[in-house]
Amino acid sequence: MSLFSDQTAYWRRLAGLLACLIPLTAPLAGAELPEAINLDGDPESGRQIAFDRAKGNCVSCHVIAGATSPGSIGPVLTAIQTRFPSKHELAKQIWDPTVRNPDAVMPPFGKHEIFTPKEFADVVSFIWTL
Amino acid sequence: MPRLILFWVILGFIAPLALAATPAEEQAAFQGYFKRRFPSVPENEFKNGVYAIDPVMRANWEAIEEFPPYEQAIARGEELWKTPFANGRTYADCFPDGPAIANRYPRWDREHGTVVTLSLALNDCRKANGEEPLPYNKGPLVDLLAYIAYQSRGQITQVEIPEDDPRALEAYTKGKRFYFARRGQLNFSCAHCHFANSGAKLRTETLSPALGHTTHWPVYRSEWGEVGTLHRRFAGCNEQVRAKAFPLESEEYRNLEYFLTYMNNGQELNGPGARK
Repeated sequence: MSLFSDQTAYWRRLAGLLACLIPLTAPLAGAELPEAINLDGDPESGRQIAFDRAKGNCVSCHVIAGATSPGSIGPVLTAIQTRFPSKHELAKQIWDPTVRNPDAVMPPFGKHEIFTPKEFADVVSFIWTL
Repeated sequence: MPRLILFWVILGFIAPLALAATPAEEQAAFQGYFKRRFPSVPENEFKNGVYAIDPVMRANWEAIEEFPPYEQAIARGEELWKTPFANGRTYADCFPDGPAIANRYPRWDREHGTVVTLSLALNDCRKANGEEPLPYNKGPLVDLLAYIAYQSRGQITQVEIPEDDPRALEAYTKGKRFYFARRGQLNFSCAHCHFANSGAKLRTETLSPALGHTTHWPVYRSEWGEVGTLHRRFAGCNEQVRAKAFPLESEEYRNLEYFLTYMNNGQELNGPGARK
């Protein structure tokens, strides 16, 4: 995307450079995954949400065992517990993937309230089993 | 000697920041990206959208094209083009080189300081002749577009950004920002699907490359069950990412069309088209 360096990109990059010098971190209230969030959800209900086109629709981009016609945009969801040190770290990724990778395509399911708190806990619990 | 090295190191950091690309350079980068991404697709195939890269979808599309679903729209459009207004004049009086005028749009209108699309120009013609403007979403205006597109087949996309009017560059830049900006609850930009993920699968659908997106409008979309415009598709995409769509022919969509069509300069027009 650096090919399309217009003024916005220029200032963003400049801001990025300055940010290394001055740590200005004031996240929006509620934008980050709450530390005390309850992640004790129902994996079976999470599976249904993950497969439902109108809800999680995870299969549109990820291969998940048991789902037909998966998409090819995101990584295959397997061996999850070897890829995330804790359920909480996995939850962070689903809450807002742009924290770890600013160019991530995946929607911020928690931050943008795409899931209710219960749906969020259910989906995290399901993905954690994969 | 160390000072010379330091000079180059500093220049190396500064140069990428200081170089603002021109639209022509961005166009070359844009087109080059897709040619490298799809090296086996001939340049004149991108106009066929996803059918240039997906052989199974192409076979279905070719079967549909045997009895083109947009034919009636072309016939209705021709009728409208030839029917005089109440004052006795016709569209041909507004567009003396018509009806094959599709590759003249979108164009920068210096007088009004705005991007003029073909839809806008047709309604301007109606207003100048004392007729009511037509709705932009469906019906007679889309039929006229279908007829004009059919008559314009084979023309080459050649959008111009006049260098002596900075407002034209501003409109282009706004369109470009729209294209690359995330929007909606799902947080996607146009580019997220049709640039770096073009060719990838979204469930069973193949994401089409942005090169070729402006060549074939208006389009009979099976999902719509009728012929519709590029702006209607923009609005549908915005709603799919759960953003509020802008009005058809709004400044936002006209600027977006200006940017995207400029990126497609050199591509042959082959509208009207048929898509899923």
